[in-house]
Amino acid sequence: MKAIKDLLDRQKPLFQKGGKYEKFHYLFEATETFLFSPGHTTGSKGVQIRDAIDLKRLMMTVVIAMVPCLLFGIWNVGHQHYIATGQVATFLQKVGIGAYVVLPMLLVSYGAGGLVEVIFSVIRKHPINEGFLVTGMLIPLILPPTIPLWQIALGTIFAVVIAKEAFGGTGMNVLNVAMTARAFLYFAYPAQMSGDVWTYMGDATQVEGYSGATALALAYNTSVAGTSTVLASLGDSWYANLYDLKNLFLGATPGSIGETSTLMVLFGAAILIFTGVGSWKIIVSVFGGGLFMGYLFSLLGLNEFMVMPPYYHLVIGGLAFGAVFMATDPVTATHTETGKWIYGFLIGVLTVIIRVFNPAYPEGIMLAVLFMNVFAPLIDFYVIQANKNRRLKRATI
Amino acid sequence: MSKFVKLEKGFNVNLVGVAKKEIVDSLAANIFALKPTNFHGIERPKLLVAEGDLVKAGSPLMFDKSQPDVMFTAPVSGEVVEIQRGDKRKLLAIKVIADQHIEYVNFHKYTVSELNSLSKEDIIKQVLASGIWPRLIQRPYGIIANPEDKPKAIFISSFDSHPLAPDFDFLLKGEDHYFQTGLDMLRRLTRGKVHLNLDSDAEVSTLFGSVTGVQVNKFSGPHPSGNVGVQIHHLDPINKGEVVWTICPYGVMQMGKLFLEGIYDASKILAFAGPPVKNPRYHRTYDGACIEKFIEGNLAHQNVRFVSGNALTGERIAPDGFVGYYDHLITVLTEGDYSEFLGWLKPSSKKLSFHRAWGLLSFLKTDQEFDLDTNTCGDERTFVQTGVFEQVTPMDILPTHLIKAIMAEDYDDMEALGIYEVVEEDLALCEFVDVSKHPIQSILREGIELMLES
Repeated sequence: MKAIKDLLDRQKPLFQKGGKYEKFHYLFEATETFLFSPGHTTGSKGVQIRDAIDLKRLMMTVVIAMVPCLLFGIWNVGHQHYIATGQVATFLQKVGIGAYVVLPMLLVSYGAGGLVEVIFSVIRKHPINEGFLVTGMLIPLILPPTIPLWQIALGTIFAVVIAKEAFGGTGMNVLNVAMTARAFLYFAYPAQMSGDVWTYMGDATQVEGYSGATALALAYNTSVAGTSTVLASLGDSWYANLYDLKNLFLGATPGSIGETSTLMVLFGAAILIFTGVGSWKIIVSVFGGGLFMGYLFSLLGLNEFMVMPPYYHLVIGGLAFGAVFMATDPVTATHTETGKWIYGFLIGVLTVIIRVFNPAYPEGIMLAVLFMNVFAPLIDFYVIQANKNRRLKRATI
Repeated sequence: MSKFVKLEKGFNVNLVGVAKKEIVDSLAANIFALKPTNFHGIERPKLLVAEGDLVKAGSPLMFDKSQPDVMFTAPVSGEVVEIQRGDKRKLLAIKVIADQHIEYVNFHKYTVSELNSLSKEDIIKQVLASGIWPRLIQRPYGIIANPEDKPKAIFISSFDSHPLAPDFDFLLKGEDHYFQTGLDMLRRLTRGKVHLNLDSDAEVSTLFGSVTGVQVNKFSGPHPSGNVGVQIHHLDPINKGEVVWTICPYGVMQMGKLFLEGIYDASKILAFAGPPVKNPRYHRTYDGACIEKFIEGNLAHQNVRFVSGNALTGERIAPDGFVGYYDHLITVLTEGDYSEFLGWLKPSSKKLSFHRAWGLLSFLKTDQEFDLDTNTCGDERTFVQTGVFEQVTPMDILPTHLIKAIMAEDYDDMEALGIYEVVEEDLALCEFVDVSKHPIQSILREGIELMLES
């Protein structure tokens, strides 16, 4: 430890003002503070002691909360691969092939995003943002396992530059960075983002009768065809019990890497809520909004998708993952506590509306989150206005 | 119509090294200083003494051009030894070396019957001349009260919920009579009520429990329940255009003594406390005492910082520095100038945190006292986490948005979001718990300065 510390201290002057590598000051700082928490002390006036929290710890907590989804996702990629190819495989084989697919995606996402962060820290002279610890992990988790790596790199770079750095970096962005990456890829490369992309095949051939449709697509198609109920067609899947309620909840289904398992998402939610890092109000209200809209639709009952039991909305698609890891992004969500209820609820409502009515985008959560990101400041505006009005009213009594 | 208010929000910062309830006489502490920097709203202090002058306790040392009637007086009798100035000749301190036997300026001494018929003007005149006036603080802005104002009410918090804060009940033991007289005087300065606010979580104090003529309210809950600003918000909030005054119990007692004995008694009991202090206890001395004497042989190690006031709102002073005018506590803290390998990742239950993020385990030991140092535990970043400030601010105020309005210098928003209701100490917990390590208190003071100038 001492040796590393000494090494860093010796190099320090090079990166300080007037030093040879002055430009890379923030890169050096990021490395240094990553290894050793800085020995900075509080100012002479104001708080003399500080809470032990910092942004690195906060972000690390979110990363830890995502680990159950990541690990399950790795296993599930392998699992889906073997059932689609009709082979019997051990747990280790499944994890092996999953890791072979997912780890490069993770590396590319962190690499591409990290590079952009470093470049911007040099150009814009701001510290390297810890926020990317989370974004870099989120991006692969919301993509299909078959996506080409270069697209991940491109999507990440686009999102970090346009959605974040253009606004001034972490804390200043309007849109959720990871969702922006996904939306960009979705509209730029629809062929790799929809249809038969949810199961990694490799060189193997698929088993007879195989269908790559996700539960969401199946529900939508059934509804359009109007031939049977959604539950019947989910039950009548090519692989036994693939889309029954229990399996949908556990998540051994095709889909984006991290989103399939509602159970794992709930583990993550428990971590976020217990640590107070993610807002429980948002998480609860997204689920509430989804259920509410699903229930309303089932009352209307205009098509088969509408009459699907409302709780199915929480286990199919990415609603649960989005509610817990996307909607709770504190920067792009509403900043007021009352606002969080409204914001989350509307995300849930919109997700179900988009799912049921929009033929082009079976996954509603992505657009719902981005849409509500844009509206979050408006919600806050009214909540803040209410606070101001209470104060004004008090004065005139 | 006394009120009981239960506050849920807030956070207690419990530090190791609470002062034991024993008092040592440190009256002989040599040099005492009046520091103009302790007072908000002072523009151009005018000196009334020169080096070498002899003064009595209560002799005017300076006044400010903005309020020429408010005298700042000597806490002790003796010789003015130094007029300390900083950059641009800014007046930093007026130092007086104390006599062995303190002599007092003779102010008018009243009998009880005279006091009952004393006019408001006479009260104000005597308090202004004595040097006690600066203890009356005006809200909004937390500046010295303007004697020409007619405040809507006067608020006194009888307890301090800050870390290591001394117990006013203990500090003012046996001064009941003076305290009651002080309250009687204050009652005539306001067109409304005088509120005395008690800690309902503590034992009923004999001193504060037996007062008459004022409204006694009780507050329960974690810090900042003892902050007078928080209490005002729940009793009779300040609206635009309104003025209220606050004063600490020590000032009330001084006021009583001024009228009953005719002297400005600046003797003060100070707590000298904090984790590195070997023997934390109380010292009897005078206002503005030099802390050098308290330190000798009383520290566990030497890499420390001395803070006049508490660990959340105080100000660093030198080892031969002086206690601030408003402070009853010297906090000693270990300097946190060390770096720690992977410090941001290590789990720890020794570091106090309001949060429960990865590795922050202090929530498991809520009643424990912590040995915190001055390390910032991270660097300044943009605002990211939301909803935390609100959890430690027991007022209907949106601290994040108020702070952002100040940063944007948006006067209308500052006013609409409640800048009149807060001073630094009310948002000090926000600064403590802030993930992004902003200097919230100094931002707030900048905002207050902007409002004052506008």
